[in-house]
Amino acid sequence: MIEILYLVTAFVLACFVGYEMITKVPPTLHTPLMSGTNAISGIIIIGALAALAYVKNPLANIIGLVALIMATINVVGGFMVTNRMLRMFKK
Amino acid sequence: MSFTEVFAQNIELMAGIVYLVAAILFIIGIKQLSKIKTAANGNIISAIAMLIAIIITAIKLNIDNPAVIQWPFIIAGIIIGTIIGYFLAVKIKMTAMPQLVAIFNGFGGGASVFVALAYFLFKGDALLSNVDMITVVLSCLIGIITFSGSMVAFAKLQGLIDGQPIMFPGSHILNLMLAIGTIALGYLAVVQQATFSNAVLFLLLLTGIAFVLGILLVTPIGGADMPVVIALLNAYSGIAAAMTGFVLGNILLIIAGSLVGASGIILTRIMCKAMNRSLANVLFGGFGQHESNVSKDKSEYQNIKSTSPEEVAAILDAAQNVIIVPGYGMAVSQAQNAVRDVFHTLEKKGANVEFAIHPVAGRMPGHMNVLLAEADIPYDKMKDLDSINDSFKQTDVVIILGANDVVNPSATEDKSSPIYGMPILNVHEAKTVIVVKRSLSPGFAGIKNPLFEKENTLMMFADAKEAMAKLNTELKEL
Repeated sequence: MIEILYLVTAFVLACFVGYEMITKVPPTLHTPLMSGTNAISGIIIIGALAALAYVKNPLANIIGLVALIMATINVVGGFMVTNRMLRMFKK
Repeated sequence: MSFTEVFAQNIELMAGIVYLVAAILFIIGIKQLSKIKTAANGNIISAIAMLIAIIITAIKLNIDNPAVIQWPFIIAGIIIGTIIGYFLAVKIKMTAMPQLVAIFNGFGGGASVFVALAYFLFKGDALLSNVDMITVVLSCLIGIITFSGSMVAFAKLQGLIDGQPIMFPGSHILNLMLAIGTIALGYLAVVQQATFSNAVLFLLLLTGIAFVLGILLVTPIGGADMPVVIALLNAYSGIAAAMTGFVLGNILLIIAGSLVGASGIILTRIMCKAMNRSLANVLFGGFGQHESNVSKDKSEYQNIKSTSPEEVAAILDAAQNVIIVPGYGMAVSQAQNAVRDVFHTLEKKGANVEFAIHPVAGRMPGHMNVLLAEADIPYDKMKDLDSINDSFKQTDVVIILGANDVVNPSATEDKSSPIYGMPILNVHEAKTVIVVKRSLSPGFAGIKNPLFEKENTLMMFADAKEAMAKLNTELKEL
């Protein structure tokens, strides 16, 4: 039970950090920020990896594979497209 | 003992340290992403954090379960996902950026559902604690709503389905019933966990109903409000990842997911504020549905003065200060390069040209900035609402390029208007206002724009790209 409390603590504190972090964002960066944080939510990729490491079972493997493909698209596509948007502001 | 042996024995500790580093890098990354100068850097920092998190997780899983880990599936999944993600990110046009973010977001939510389902289905005979079981339910619920909602947002923005709000009588009641149904099924799945087949059935039913709910929640929302919906769904996908973190007892999933969830909700609020609307109004309002049916009648406009590229060129030739106000019309007709040409021609003639960008112009916040930046418009020429609104009084010519609601003076003058109170660009204060628009049809708010009838307004009925190309030719000939 104490372990879940640690996790809840991390959850609550991270919510506060996320909440406080985004205060003044110029409108120009709204889309890249949305896209960049979207890529970060692809962190579920490490959960997808775990899903492919605990059981040997065809159905489990298929579910894990689908999760991993989706998460990888989210991560790779998300970071790349954000980078593509931000590169244009540099010019 | 060799280094690898020591490493393997302390993998729990090593993974914990790397996760901590990754969490810090994510925070620094998001922080930097919210400032112009550091944004590109911030994105790279976040990507590095993701990479080290993936590598240490794979190493740890390999050490913990050497006989079980499915390397062929892992390698195949990463390769396939990378190819698809790369292809989408590189090939898609800049104008299609909003729907691309929506689709990526949907995949993130979908992945959360599958991870939670895989964990529950194959956890073996051990019972989960109620708390763990609740997080499995929440992962499925929030993840699948993110998935189906994002797909509808994608379809609306891509034009695969009608962007207008789609509502039917009793839709709110139906949604409410479905929501209650998912909660009831979630409750049953938790309390009946001991009977595995029942719990699985409840969980799958819940996921199916929540899938439909995600669709029904987004279809009544009009295309103009999609940015807010995508921002909100982005927050959801973060929360779904965090919930899955509880399921797996993985602290990095929890931290990164909740960072995204909280910052996404703030961004949603910032965007609602820019439109002077509450989130509830965006989600349940069916905004623009009724009004648009009545005001498509052009005859209600009086004293409309239309103009030609020649005339506009002559006016611009004498202008000192020019402000261009881009809107969704510019994005639709891909006019950003044509606008840049006009911009350069005017600058060469010695005029001072700036772009006024309303926070909700286009289909995503910052949509216009991205398009103009793509066309090499210098960043310091793009001004936001607060910094430019006082300049309109000293402006000779304002060119409104496919924007409508964000320059509608009803928002400040007419208390009965549905957009009353929304901050607008005060373009009507300029000496001359040129409105480039294909017709007098209303914008997404579906209301009449009295700006078009004003004394100092000239209407140029044309597609934005064609209009700019013709205007540039005329300007060069002068």
